Amino acid sequence: MTESATGSAHAPGALSKRLTGIVLTQELIVAVAAAVLFVVFSITLDNFLSAGNLVTLVRNVSVLGLLSLGMAVVVIGRGVDLSLVAVMAVSMTLSIVLANHGWPFPAALAVGLCFVIVVAVILGFLVAYVEIPSIFATLAIASIVYGLGRGVIADLDVNNVPSGLDWFLFLGRGRILGIPVSIWLFGLTSFVLYLFLRRTGLGRFIYALGDNLQTARITGIPARPIIVLQYILSGTMAFLAGAVTAASVASMNMRIVNSTVIYDVLLVVVLGGIGLSGGRGGVRNVLVGTVLIGLLLNAMTIMDISYTVQNLIKSAVLLLALVVDALLNPRDEQTAQQGDI
Amino acid sequence: MKMLKCLAASVVVGCMALAGASAQEGLKDEIRQPTLDMLKGKKVVFVPMSMSFDLPEGWAAVMQKDAERRGYQLDIRDANWSTDTGTRAITQAITEKPDIIVVQNFDVTSYARTLKKAQDQGIKVVQVNMRSSYQTDAFVGADWHGIGEYAANRMLEVCGKDKGKSGKIAIVQGPATAAASVYQLNAITATLKDNPNIEIVSSQTGDWDQSKARGIAQTVIQQNPDLCGIIGFWDVMDAGTGAAIQESGKDIYLITSGGGNKTACQGVENGTFDEVISYDVPGQGRDLISTISILLQSDKDAGEEKFVLYTPNKIITKDSLGPESCWDLDVLKG
Repeated sequence: MTESATGSAHAPGALSKRLTGIVLTQELIVAVAAAVLFVVFSITLDNFLSAGNLVTLVRNVSVLGLLSLGMAVVVIGRGVDLSLVAVMAVSMTLSIVLANHGWPFPAALAVGLCFVIVVAVILGFLVAYVEIPSIFATLAIASIVYGLGRGVIADLDVNNVPSGLDWFLFLGRGRILGIPVSIWLFGLTSFVLYLFLRRTGLGRFIYALGDNLQTARITGIPARPIIVLQYILSGTMAFLAGAVTAASVASMNMRIVNSTVIYDVLLVVVLGGIGLSGGRGGVRNVLVGTVLIGLLLNAMTIMDISYTVQNLIKSAVLLLALVVDALLNPRDEQTAQQGDI
Repeated sequence: MKMLKCLAASVVVGCMALAGASAQEGLKDEIRQPTLDMLKGKKVVFVPMSMSFDLPEGWAAVMQKDAERRGYQLDIRDANWSTDTGTRAITQAITEKPDIIVVQNFDVTSYARTLKKAQDQGIKVVQVNMRSSYQTDAFVGADWHGIGEYAANRMLEVCGKDKGKSGKIAIVQGPATAAASVYQLNAITATLKDNPNIEIVSSQTGDWDQSKARGIAQTVIQQNPDLCGIIGFWDVMDAGTGAAIQESGKDIYLITSGGGNKTACQGVENGTFDEVISYDVPGQGRDLISTISILLQSDKDAGEEKFVLYTPNKIITKDSLGPESCWDLDVLKG
């Protein structure tokens, strides 16, 4: 439930071993792998180690990181949110379409955020009160939201941000102290979420839910409202990620819903060591996962590897992460009964 | 003699009066009605990649207007970015036996067998802009090879080492199997092969997505600080490539291509693109309705005659930019 439990020191039969006092958690393994890759790329690839490239590296995964933070909150509470990307694309498209119809942009953004919260509350209600497994509820909601986006909100996939909104584009293109605003946003959000998860009662409750829902409920934790809260948090992260995306290319593309981004998000979360069985991991795991994916993407682009092979490598890494996850976090009786997600 | 003159004069006047009368009534166009009858009541099914971006929306607008005018029926079956949905739509259409199927292919292979099946059933098949490796009755669309060749030659002129530049260029492709990617890439590599003045430092796919294109361009620019030019494969995607260039603050020449929607002109105007090779969607729409009209009038069987109409390209730069350079979907629909 806490960081010390991230590894499976308590789980009998686990593969992890105490080596001179260090617990081989998945997070540590991934961190070491990232460090090794970093050194290898630094030696073999020209310009890899330049400050500019490292900033680009983090910047290119900051949207992925923001989405993964949202996913992490839900996965820690033993759920999964497959509607993240649809919610991100459609809510931002709604804001942009309203702005193109003459709404002031802050008001349009507020409507977009309201849309996200309404969707999250419905989703949370379906999962918490109707007790539909989150994987099915979020898949269905993703389709509905995407359908709304394509059928009702906008005619075209790609909607351009109206001109003259330099303050908004600053989110995606601007720099503060030489570092892109999107990285600052990712860093700040990570820190706030870290404080929320580790330092507030509500945050601890999410771990409790993910670890053992029944026990949490018996203890008196308001389980159902907290599940709804998780989806509101993940939706808000999606909206923030959408704002950064739209600001950096001055448009939002709803076609992203059909892409593999949602799997990349899962990859980051699982790779970072947040077990799908819930109750484990935290913001640090997301950071480690994001950095490893960022390293891979950046190096593969520099090495000019074709897109198909890039996907192959990413998928192989995901599979490897799942295998390691299964070995390090073996199913206990409770997980086996309830299923992973 | 006087009488004879009178007679001649009256004949001349009479003839003139007759001719005048027939000139006022005009001549009947004998082939108009039979032609219209040939088109009336016919059925055309259009299966675009997705009715959610400028190209198919533009073609559909032009075809729809023509269908209403000529009295044939146009059905649109949206493939919604999925080859599976598209294949199902075509298969379904085959059972309905329309006269013509108009298809925009995702890639050069997926629909090939289904299109052949349609032709075997006697349905004429027109492919628009994105070709399949299987040639059907007609192809109407961009000359990808020509576009690639033009872009490569422009890069030689703008970025060649012999012009005192670094000679380094990058390519941001579409999906690796799309007609727009394969034929264009082939032309670019063929043109630049063995040319010591240009070096392609990166050739990655942006998958028709702005964010992905931006990420790739940013990494490549970072990696090659003396990058001179980028060839992008679609203006909508290359809005992202252009954003990365603007953000880097470098002077990198960006050539892209697209349907010539008004956003392309805006991009040239605000400096996102240096050059857009437009394959002029209203022009393609015109070619499409001509092709439909020809195929409906022809008494040849499906697959018997095959022809290709490559769209003449328009080059849009800051210098050539005019009010007629681009088109507006709302105007086209109206």
